Amino acid sequence: MPNTQSKTQAKTLYDKLWDRHVVKQRDDGTALIYIDKQLIHEVTSPQAFEGLKLAGRQPWRIEGNLATPDHNVPTTTAEREKGIEGILDPVSKKQVQTLADNCDEFHIPVFPINDERQGIVHVVGPEQGATLPGMTIVCGDSHTSTHGALGALAHGIGTSEVEHVLATQCLIQKKMKNMLVKVDGQLQPGVTAKDVVLAIIGKIGTAGGTGYAIEFAGEVIERLTMEGRMTVCNMAIEAGARAGLIAVDQTTLDYVKGRPFAPKGDLWEQAVADWSDLVSDEGAHFDAVVELKGAEIKPQVTWGTSPEMVLSIDDQVPGPEDAKDDVERGNIERALEYMGLTAHQAIKDIKLDRVFIGSCTNSRIEDLREAAEVVKGKHVADNIIQAIVVPGSGLVQKQAEAEGLDKIFEAAGLEWREPGCSMCLAMNADKLGQGEHCASTSNRNFEGRQGFGGRTHLVSPAMAAAAAIAGHFVDVRDVA
Amino acid sequence: MQKFETVNGLVAPMDRANVDTDMIIPKQFLKSIKRSGFGVNLFDELRYLDEGRPDADNSKRPINEDFVLNQPRYQGAQVLLARTNFGCGSSREHAPWALLDYGFRVIIAPSFADIFFNNCFKNGILPIVLDEEIVDKLFKACEAIEGYSLTVDLPNQVINTPDGESIAFDVDAFRKHCLVNGLDDIGLTLEDADAIRAFEQKYHKEKPWMLGVRT
Repeated sequence: MPNTQSKTQAKTLYDKLWDRHVVKQRDDGTALIYIDKQLIHEVTSPQAFEGLKLAGRQPWRIEGNLATPDHNVPTTTAEREKGIEGILDPVSKKQVQTLADNCDEFHIPVFPINDERQGIVHVVGPEQGATLPGMTIVCGDSHTSTHGALGALAHGIGTSEVEHVLATQCLIQKKMKNMLVKVDGQLQPGVTAKDVVLAIIGKIGTAGGTGYAIEFAGEVIERLTMEGRMTVCNMAIEAGARAGLIAVDQTTLDYVKGRPFAPKGDLWEQAVADWSDLVSDEGAHFDAVVELKGAEIKPQVTWGTSPEMVLSIDDQVPGPEDAKDDVERGNIERALEYMGLTAHQAIKDIKLDRVFIGSCTNSRIEDLREAAEVVKGKHVADNIIQAIVVPGSGLVQKQAEAEGLDKIFEAAGLEWREPGCSMCLAMNADKLGQGEHCASTSNRNFEGRQGFGGRTHLVSPAMAAAAAIAGHFVDVRDVA
Repeated sequence: MQKFETVNGLVAPMDRANVDTDMIIPKQFLKSIKRSGFGVNLFDELRYLDEGRPDADNSKRPINEDFVLNQPRYQGAQVLLARTNFGCGSSREHAPWALLDYGFRVIIAPSFADIFFNNCFKNGILPIVLDEEIVDKLFKACEAIEGYSLTVDLPNQVINTPDGESIAFDVDAFRKHCLVNGLDDIGLTLEDADAIRAFEQKYHKEKPWMLGVRT
């Protein structure tokens, strides 16, 4: 293999994952990289399948793909009961049907709309063991970075590349740079993985990781569960990095073991031996290093229209005079106006209209437990028009129901829904009204993201749950 | 893919940092299963005053007169001048499809988000990274001079301004090759089909668990 590095050279986890997948190094600095798994959903795949058909091509390796509809699927039981037929929006229905038809025609493995394994692709992949340590994983979705939590090289791609991977099982790539984000010490009680990643984005900015693969490390990261690690890697893209990574350790292995697509028996032992190398070597070179102290991280809330516009719960919204240049001043002024906030308003004084607990960032069982713990025995505030809880997959839903979490949510006045992407991007019927403020456990607070004129505040599941009860933001450490 | 050699085009300024792909093309238009027709909804929430719908007659919608692309002087623009981190957020290729469908062939900015940057090249759009000061200068010139145009010469990697200045730019050799020749890179990759097969055989023999099949 054209691996130019000597064997003795210390490598980062990213370097190792890259080296394992180089099919061909080209003279122009690009490389043909082998892709182990492509996840497919209904929004970014129809044009790729169409391209494949027009060129008369077949998928290179059918088992290298796994599909499930997630972005458009309704989340009310009434609409979901009748499967694709039940989708009221005809355009959404056609897209979900097109995915089903394409998977049928090309024999792509698929978890259809009402299969209990259906869900958000980034919840389903790890849950099934379909995304494994050491893999290269792509999907026509920027939050593919989630799977890096398993010690895999995972990133989002556009539709042209979805077609490229379908046809060749490869991508033409240029190697990224290495960044290490180290979070040392321990988190305070009530502070979660979501707060950690929001604090990181607040520190390095939404373009801070552009051109890098970010490895998250340090004691705080090591102590996180797999669910928490997925939350962190999920939002690497919100810091500009296509890929986020975390080294393989016992937590990873315990999570993967026994899952349907994971290796079993002897193969499991061989895989574990192989995966033990999926850590950055001592002394490996990182092009950039960022350090945070876990103990200093407080519950985070975004106030503006970019994930980097984030503050601690006891902070105040900035004013234009806080900007360091004209571009930032313009950004702050525009964000204050769009969000309907006044300069120096306390975060705790932001009144809320809706609450969304879900998305590929925070819809796993641990997230739901965390939210249920906060709302248990309490009730949603009168000013909250709607609070919805959307599990990440049918299996998460089943598990939550087995634990009685659905009953806790419903008793507290939150709606318990069917799995999907839902209000994270509002492609289905779940959306914000104009001017409404939402405490959301999703990943993007862009203008209009959750609905035309909607105002998103990104928070952890515990913070969203506490906000639902109070009707405005509160410090979950004070109420838990 | 449409070839890209030299484009001489009117320049429109988008004076805003961190323009995300949700802003370039909002999600309700992502339900289409086609690659074309997204141009009328480019920057939909900035361009129109009401909420856009995939089935709406856009000619009847209220226009935001203040939005830069609605100003008569920028009609027919082919070059978009932008600020840092253009195209951040979602990986949706509908963003470059919308820009292309609207008529843009070149985007100039101090920096781009990685996925968007890559998606542009797959669709005959040339994203050019220039120093912040140069971009700033272009913004000033474009706003001061009505009809301000640039000639973007990809084979020679140079932008020629109306006052005779030449600005050199970098572009990845492989991407340039594909863009100038309008090449489908799947075809190019399949020329290496034997290498892929050989890699795959050895790889799956060594690491059979990577086949990733249900066990």
